[in-house]
Amino acid sequence: MITLPEVLLLATLLFCISVAGIFLNRKNVLILLMCIELMLLSVNINFIAFSHFLGDIHGQVFVFFILTVAAAESAIGLAILVVMFRNRDTINVGELDSMKG
Amino acid sequence: MTQIIFYIFGAMLLLSATMVVVIKNPIHAALFLVLSFFSSAAVWLLLNAEFLAIALVLVYVGAVMVLFLFVVMMLDINLATLREGFARYFPLGIIIALLMVIAMGMVVGSDYFASDTYKQISISATQSNTKLLGLAIYTDYLYQFEIAGAILLVAIIAAISLSMSKSKITKSTHPNEQVLAKKEDRLRVVKMKSEEKKG
Repeated sequence: MITLPEVLLLATLLFCISVAGIFLNRKNVLILLMCIELMLLSVNINFIAFSHFLGDIHGQVFVFFILTVAAAESAIGLAILVVMFRNRDTINVGELDSMKG
Repeated sequence: MTQIIFYIFGAMLLLSATMVVVIKNPIHAALFLVLSFFSSAAVWLLLNAEFLAIALVLVYVGAVMVLFLFVVMMLDINLATLREGFARYFPLGIIIALLMVIAMGMVVGSDYFASDTYKQISISATQSNTKLLGLAIYTDYLYQFEIAGAILLVAIIAAISLSMSKSKITKSTHPNEQVLAKKEDRLRVVKMKSEEKKG
């Protein structure tokens, strides 16, 4: 029988791996987008775990909406990435300095 | 038995997520991301979220990851420059990840979540998970559902209009130029003598 802390620990580890990934791959926009997807996945695992162990379907409704928004986000993010590559010939975050930020 | 399957798929999920983060080739990273979505779909199945598990496989593995792979293959990226700073930030990333694991682990590993409040209540055992989810979405969350549809529409329009290239292939017309066109711009009246018949 699975218990709640086990599932929560799994989601925690997944979230921390993706946070570490953002630190490690800070130059590559593509991997950054993938790490964001992994973060959203770990949040979804949390929602589903609580939905299962509290016997409440509403957590799964939220996962449904998060999936929708995440799909929209990754589609727009990849479109921006393609436009960026077409204009600058790079997806390196370090070279995106035209706004002098 | 359920617990063993859960551990196997959880280990697969964590391993493939680690490979996504550390692997050099972005195509391999995308494929490992597919594996991690698959194993988390299996974990969701174990937690009685059948509809969402199948939706995750369909939407993510079927659509979003194919999009990722297409983009990876379209871009001709220089991997060496993108990897610089990996070794330099490796200790920092590990330290921050460990600190977060410790902090969040102290919260989720506490006795509170192991208490009887969170004992397994299987709502989906008697009723279909899809039916329950549909009942919730189409009654309580109807407006939010419609907004989600609008968000997807906006995403489609934004993605298409961002990535549509202004190449010569598109035969789009410009209505303002058409309306502003004057006779003098296009028509030129030439005065010349008429040709004389030779011979």
